[in-house]
Amino acid sequence: MAGEESALQLVLTADPALWAIVRLSLLVSLTAVLLAAAIGVPAGAFLALTRFRGREATIVILNALMGLPPVVVGLAIFLLLSRSGPLGSWGLLFTPQAMVIAQTVLVAPIIAALTRQIIEDLWVEYRDELAAMNVGALWRVTTLIWDARFSLVTVLLAGFGRAAAEVGAIIVVGGNIEGFTRTMTTAIALETSKGDLPLAIGLGVVLMSIVVLINALAWGMRRAGERYAG
Amino acid sequence: MRAPASDLPLVLTNASVMRRDVAILDSITLTIAPGPPTILIGPNGSGKTTLLRVAMGLIPLSSGSISWGGRENASSERRAITFQRPAMLRRSASANLRYALGAARVPRVQRHKRAAELLTMVGLDALASRPARRLSGGEQQRLALARALARDPAVLFLDEPTASLDPYATKAIEDIVQAVSARGVKIVMSTHDLGQARRLAGDVVMLHRGRLVENTPSPEFFLTPRTEEARKFVVGELLV
Amino acid sequence: MLTRRFLMVAAAAGTVIAAAASAAAQEEKSIVVSSTTSTQDSGLFGHILPLFKQKTGIDVKVVAQGTGQALDTGRRGDADVVFVHAKSAEEKFIAEGEGVKRYPVMYNDFVLIGPKSDPAGIKGMSDVAKALQTIKEKQAPFISRGDRSGTHIAELALWNKDAGIDIEKDKGPWYKSIGQGMGAALNTAAASNAYVLSDRGTWLSFKNKGDLQILVEGDKRLFNQYGVMLVNPAKHPNVKKDLGRQFIDWLVSPEGQKAIADYKINGEQLFYSNANDTSA
Repeated sequence: MAGEESALQLVLTADPALWAIVRLSLLVSLTAVLLAAAIGVPAGAFLALTRFRGREATIVILNALMGLPPVVVGLAIFLLLSRSGPLGSWGLLFTPQAMVIAQTVLVAPIIAALTRQIIEDLWVEYRDELAAMNVGALWRVTTLIWDARFSLVTVLLAGFGRAAAEVGAIIVVGGNIEGFTRTMTTAIALETSKGDLPLAIGLGVVLMSIVVLINALAWGMRRAGERYAG
Repeated sequence: MRAPASDLPLVLTNASVMRRDVAILDSITLTIAPGPPTILIGPNGSGKTTLLRVAMGLIPLSSGSISWGGRENASSERRAITFQRPAMLRRSASANLRYALGAARVPRVQRHKRAAELLTMVGLDALASRPARRLSGGEQQRLALARALARDPAVLFLDEPTASLDPYATKAIEDIVQAVSARGVKIVMSTHDLGQARRLAGDVVMLHRGRLVENTPSPEFFLTPRTEEARKFVVGELLV
Repeated sequence: MLTRRFLMVAAAAGTVIAAAASAAAQEEKSIVVSSTTSTQDSGLFGHILPLFKQKTGIDVKVVAQGTGQALDTGRRGDADVVFVHAKSAEEKFIAEGEGVKRYPVMYNDFVLIGPKSDPAGIKGMSDVAKALQTIKEKQAPFISRGDRSGTHIAELALWNKDAGIDIEKDKGPWYKSIGQGMGAALNTAAASNAYVLSDRGTWLSFKNKGDLQILVEGDKRLFNQYGVMLVNPAKHPNVKKDLGRQFIDWLVSPEGQKAIADYKINGEQLFYSNANDTSA
C-alpha cells in the first residue's frame, strides 16, 4: 500500500512535518495531564479525607464526570473562548493553549475521582497509625499521596491515555490548523476524511506505539519502585 | 526540648463510651500509676481495645472524665500505642522509624542514628532496608514497637501485641517489653494469654462487658481472685 | 516529598508558559482565515500560502469548516478573513454588516459522482437537472453532505431550483443526509455505491475512490464561485485588518491569481481565477 509505505518512510526519515505533529500531540496531552494532576490529586485527596454535607453527592457527580464526552467539553470550551464568548478577550481560540485547557477539563475529573478512591483506601489502612503518631492534617495528606505514588502514576497514565486518544475536544477548540494545532488524532481525522486511509492508519500506528512506549516506561518505573517500597 | 510534664498518673473517673446506646465502656474508674506493667485482660468484646484507645487519647469519652498527670487536655507527645494488627507504611523498616521520629519532632540529623539504635533494640537491624510490608507478622509487631518507642514515651499502650504470633516471636516481644519496662516506661498491655499476664504483670485489670471487674496486683489476682467473673476466667471458663 | 510535588507543578507551569510565549511570538504576524473543508482538502492552501508567506512574512492559519460554520466563525469574530464559496450566503454576510466587502477570487466546478455500475443510467448527460430527476425516479442511493456547506447549498439549489424537486419534502430512504464534510461524503458514497455531488478539487485529490467515477460534468449550473471577505473590524476590534487586507489584496492581485491558476493535480488545473469578473 502506497500510503503505508510513505507513512513508514516519513517515520524512518524523521520527516519534520510528521514529528512536529507528534511533538505537539505529546506537548498538549502531557501538559494537560500535569495540570489536571495539579488540580485533581489535591482535590481527590481532600475529598477522601474530609467529611462535609453533600460529600456523597459530590463523589457521585465526580465519578459521572469521568465519562464526559470529549466533544461536549470541546463545545463548552469553544463557547467560552470564542471572541464573542465570556473569555474571548484572552484570544485563545484555535491555539494549542485552548487544546490544553480542553484536555485538562476532560482529564481532571478522572484523576480526582481515582485519586479519591486510592487515598481513601490507603487512609483506612493508615488512619490509626497516623493518629497515634499525632501527625497533623497537612502532613497526613502528603504522606498518603507519597505512599500511594505508584498507584497515582497509574492514574496519571489513565488520564494521559484519555487525553492522547481523544479528538472531539481538540478539533473543535483547536481548529486543526496545519502546522499549528494539528495533532496526531486530528491529523488522522483529516486524512480519513480525505480518503487517505493508509496514511491515517499509519499515523494511528505511530500514535499507538508512542502510547504503548510511555506505558511501558511507566510500568518499568512502577516495578522498580515497588521493589523498594514493597 | 521535651515537655517535662508527665502523663502519669492517668486517671479515669466514671468513664463511659457509648456507641448507639450500647456501653462499650461502662463507668470505669481506674488509676494508672508509674511502676511495673499493668495488664488488661478479659474476654473478647469486653472493651480492652477501647480502653487502650481512650487512655491514648484517640477516642473521646461519652461521659465521665480522664486526665493525664492532672491535665485534661494533655497532648499525646509522651504516650505511644501499638495496635493489634499494625499498619506498615509503604517504605523500608528504617524509613518507617525515621517517619515516626519525624512525627515526634526529632531533628532530621539525628533520625538515621536513632532509627538504627531502635532497630537494634528490637532485633531488626539486619532488616533495616527491607520493605516493611514484607516483614513477617512477628517482625512487623517488633517494628510497631520500635515506632512507638521512637516517641520516647512515658506510657506505652500495647493492644494484644502477640495475639497472632508463634512462641518464638512472642518471647522476643515479651523480652523487649520487659527491658523497656525496666527502663522506667509504664507499660499498659492487653492480652488474651493468661500465662503472658502471669509472666509480665505488676497489676491486673480485668474487664467484662465494658465494666471494670477487678484491679488487683498480680500474684493475688491469680491466687485469690475477688470476684466471681475473675475466678471463672482464671480457671478457664467461658464468660458470657 | 513536598519538594518533588512542587517541582512537578513548576514543570507543568513552565511548559504552559513556554507554550504561551511561543504562541504569543507567533501571533505577531499571523491571521486566522476561516474557509471550507473542500478548499482545504483540495490542497490549494498548501500551494498558495507558502508563496504568500514568502512575500509578506504573514502566517495564514486556516480553520477549515463547512461554509455555514465558516461564516459563523466570522460572525463571532474568531476569524479575520472568511474565504468560502456560497455567493448568496456571503452577500447576506455583508448585508448584515459582518463583513466589509466581498471580492470574487476564483471558481471551480462541481461534478456528479456515481458508481461505475450507474444504476440510474445518467452517465454522460449534459443536463444536470435531468440527471437528478432520473436519480429520484429510479430511487438510486444519493449522499448529501447536509452540513450547510457551500456544496450542500449548491446541491439544494440544483434540486429545488433547477430540477424543480422539493427535496426536503420529496426525499425517500434513497437520499441520505450525513451532516459531514466532502471527504466523509465521498467515503460513504464509495462504501455504499451511491451518487454524490462533489467539487472537482476534493474529488481529484481524494484517495479512496473505489468504484466511483465522474458521471456528469460541464453543465453551467455546476459552476462554483469563491469569494473572500474581511471580517468587519468595526464589529470585532480584534480583527487584524491590515494583515487581513494584505491577504485579500494578494489573492486578487495578478501574482495571487497566477498562483491559484498554477495549482494542478496530476496536470489538471483545479481553480480558475476570475477576480476581474465583477459579475462573479
